[in-house]
Amino acid sequence: MGELLLARWQFGITSAYHFLFVPLTLGLSILVAIMETLYVRTGNETYKRMTQFWGKLFLINFAMGVVTGIVMEFQFGMNWSGYSRFVGDIFGVPLAIEALAAFFIESTFLGIWIFGWDKLSKTLHAACIWLVAVATNLSAFWILVANSFMQNPTGYVLRNNRAEMVDFGALITNPYVWHQFPHTVLAGFATGAFFVMGISAWHLLRKNHTDFFQRSLRLGLAMGLISVLLVSGVGHLQTQYLAKTQPMKIAAAEALWETADPAPFTVVAAIDQERQTNRFEIQIPGLLSFLTHNSFKGEVKGLKDVQAEQEAKYGPGNYIPPVTPVFWSFRIMVAAGLWLILISLLTLYLVRAGRLEQRPWVLKALVWTIPIPYVANLSGWIVAEIGRQPWIVYGLQRVEEGVSPGVSAGAVLTTLLGFTLIYGALAVVDVYLLRKYATQGPVEAPPVKPQETAKEVSLWT
Amino acid sequence: MDLSVLWFILVTVLFIGFFFLEGFDYGVGILTPILGKTDTERRVLINSIGPFWDGNEVWMLTAGGAIFAAFPHWYATLFSGFYLALFLMLAALILRGVAFEFRSKDNNPAWRNMWDWLIFAGSLVPALLWGVAMANLIRGVPINGEMEYVGTFWSLLSPYTLVGGIAGLLLFILHGALFLTLKVEGELVNRARQVALRVGALAVLALVLLVALSYSQTDLFTRAGAGVAYWGAVVVLLLANWKLRGGKYGWAFGLNGLAIVLSTVAVFWGLFPRVMVSSLNPQWSITLYQASSSPYTLKVMTIVAAVLVPVVLLYQGWTYWIFRQRVNPKHLEY
Repeated sequence: MGELLLARWQFGITSAYHFLFVPLTLGLSILVAIMETLYVRTGNETYKRMTQFWGKLFLINFAMGVVTGIVMEFQFGMNWSGYSRFVGDIFGVPLAIEALAAFFIESTFLGIWIFGWDKLSKTLHAACIWLVAVATNLSAFWILVANSFMQNPTGYVLRNNRAEMVDFGALITNPYVWHQFPHTVLAGFATGAFFVMGISAWHLLRKNHTDFFQRSLRLGLAMGLISVLLVSGVGHLQTQYLAKTQPMKIAAAEALWETADPAPFTVVAAIDQERQTNRFEIQIPGLLSFLTHNSFKGEVKGLKDVQAEQEAKYGPGNYIPPVTPVFWSFRIMVAAGLWLILISLLTLYLVRAGRLEQRPWVLKALVWTIPIPYVANLSGWIVAEIGRQPWIVYGLQRVEEGVSPGVSAGAVLTTLLGFTLIYGALAVVDVYLLRKYATQGPVEAPPVKPQETAKEVSLWT
Repeated sequence: MDLSVLWFILVTVLFIGFFFLEGFDYGVGILTPILGKTDTERRVLINSIGPFWDGNEVWMLTAGGAIFAAFPHWYATLFSGFYLALFLMLAALILRGVAFEFRSKDNNPAWRNMWDWLIFAGSLVPALLWGVAMANLIRGVPINGEMEYVGTFWSLLSPYTLVGGIAGLLLFILHGALFLTLKVEGELVNRARQVALRVGALAVLALVLLVALSYSQTDLFTRAGAGVAYWGAVVVLLLANWKLRGGKYGWAFGLNGLAIVLSTVAVFWGLFPRVMVSSLNPQWSITLYQASSSPYTLKVMTIVAAVLVPVVLLYQGWTYWIFRQRVNPKHLEY
């Protein structure tokens, strides 16, 4: 394998891995903040125990997100120096702002939150976790501003052999980010919500701490249902927006080779990228036109026509991304989203009827639903990122131009193996700890101040 | 003043803040399994930096982000050039970061011991590598006319850069030990003092050797101010040792911190206006003017920094105020 392919694998693996932890942080931080707020306002000790139980799981996950995030900042320079030189004038700005405006808040106030239970007033302590929650979501905004420039460059001019910023306002009002940010953050809220629902369901099945987990589940349900409904709404708007700005991505997501009016929605397809056709497909007539134009009539451009347009614009070359992964990832994401909507509606109905705990199969389904948002998150990013190939910056720079010229394939392979090994080992530890603490349940009473037992007691247990 | 010069100064300030703050938590990390004989003692040592270390690390991320935003060519050359060294640093920081969180999550002594030694290694490796990196920056590395690094991992290692690494490492360990004399209680203070006394003497030797070698290995002393800062670092380090012997730990900590600040100033002052020195041809060294972003971008970044940096300093200062007391082993629960 050449340096380029290895560097791409490394980026794919390290960012996908990082994004296993980010969405849970986005959602769970807010849920924990809500729990602590309820504690402050009601004085009910159950909410304090909820804050501490879910807070512990939050911290285990957060640590993984932080350390894998450092790699992200470094590897643009390490593996993609050509890219960094070309867009640093623009791309570096949201990254630096992310550190200044978000990372500092997150890390500082999380430190205070962990160690400050006895040192701050209740209200101030709750304010700290709110700052963490807001800052993590703010951090998502800034990194998505950076990503959105790669997807849909705005506010730039080509000068001095690079893209230079001429309009910061255009960078942060990029319509791409105002679709991507709500979509990503809401997906994160859903991830946190179904995590809380799933673990609560596991305990309700075993009749552990029923009051504690009923409350937790209801909180998760409220956030989960609202989030999945909104995320699919935003997703719909995003698809319509992409049909205009990135028609190639939509055509690939639909495996639509020929321009069609009205355009059918392809449910499944056997894609032959080589011969630019589908060997087999099941279609619903007119539905794709409806999804993109809100009308059963209307043209949707096919891959071949977009390819011809881009050749005319950018010169000869292959501008069609790998269709199979984009097509299937899109379907997996949508199916996962539909499942989340269905199960949360069903849970809502049963909770309101007071019959949830008489339906063990629903509780079991909720437990098994914990991974579903993760699947949706990753497949969504596969659509967004593979769907943008061969571009690293849409229309401005191709992936192969971005890679570091001075770094050998051997060096990339070394670090790729190194990261994979470390990440693999940490995944085992992370899952072990999350499982252990999730199944162990909350501590019965508020922790007693240790006196003689202090030698065995640690801060975190 | 030219905004790119301002940003060079700001990057220097970020590195100063980073080395001063993360310096002591690297030091404490290295000393944790050595000074801490029991589980509680180790927990006390870790808790002395518990609320701070993550915020301190953000100084490094911000320095990295600032280099990327203000000097894209510096970022590109530096990060792709110091490739494997940075990988080692990342690996260490990953393990260190999760170790702080994971060590207490299981009561098994073998589990705790493993994470404690990962905290040790995860603090030692970056503490050493930063010194090596700084020595390489000022000494120069093989960079060609296209701003590309053309050496290997091994070109970063030389007697001079290793002395730089060891000097940095010893300064950070001393910084950590002195920090502990202020943050823990009882027997641990004595142990921290003993380590500080021994490491302090070695740090003086290493720093003197580094400064002396810099005469032949770098052009740092062609800039008068940089030389003054470098020798000034030696002087305040001696003073720190003297105060330590007198039991004035607060003074010793502050003076050693000043030694770290002055060494950093010396390196960046020596670099100015270059950001990467080419060992192949002085013409190929990259200056901050060549590396910088457009004036517009620098203006945006300057406004952002002017608004946010004071706020960050305020609330980080507040953290140190909240946790100003010594860590009490009887109240380790949160």
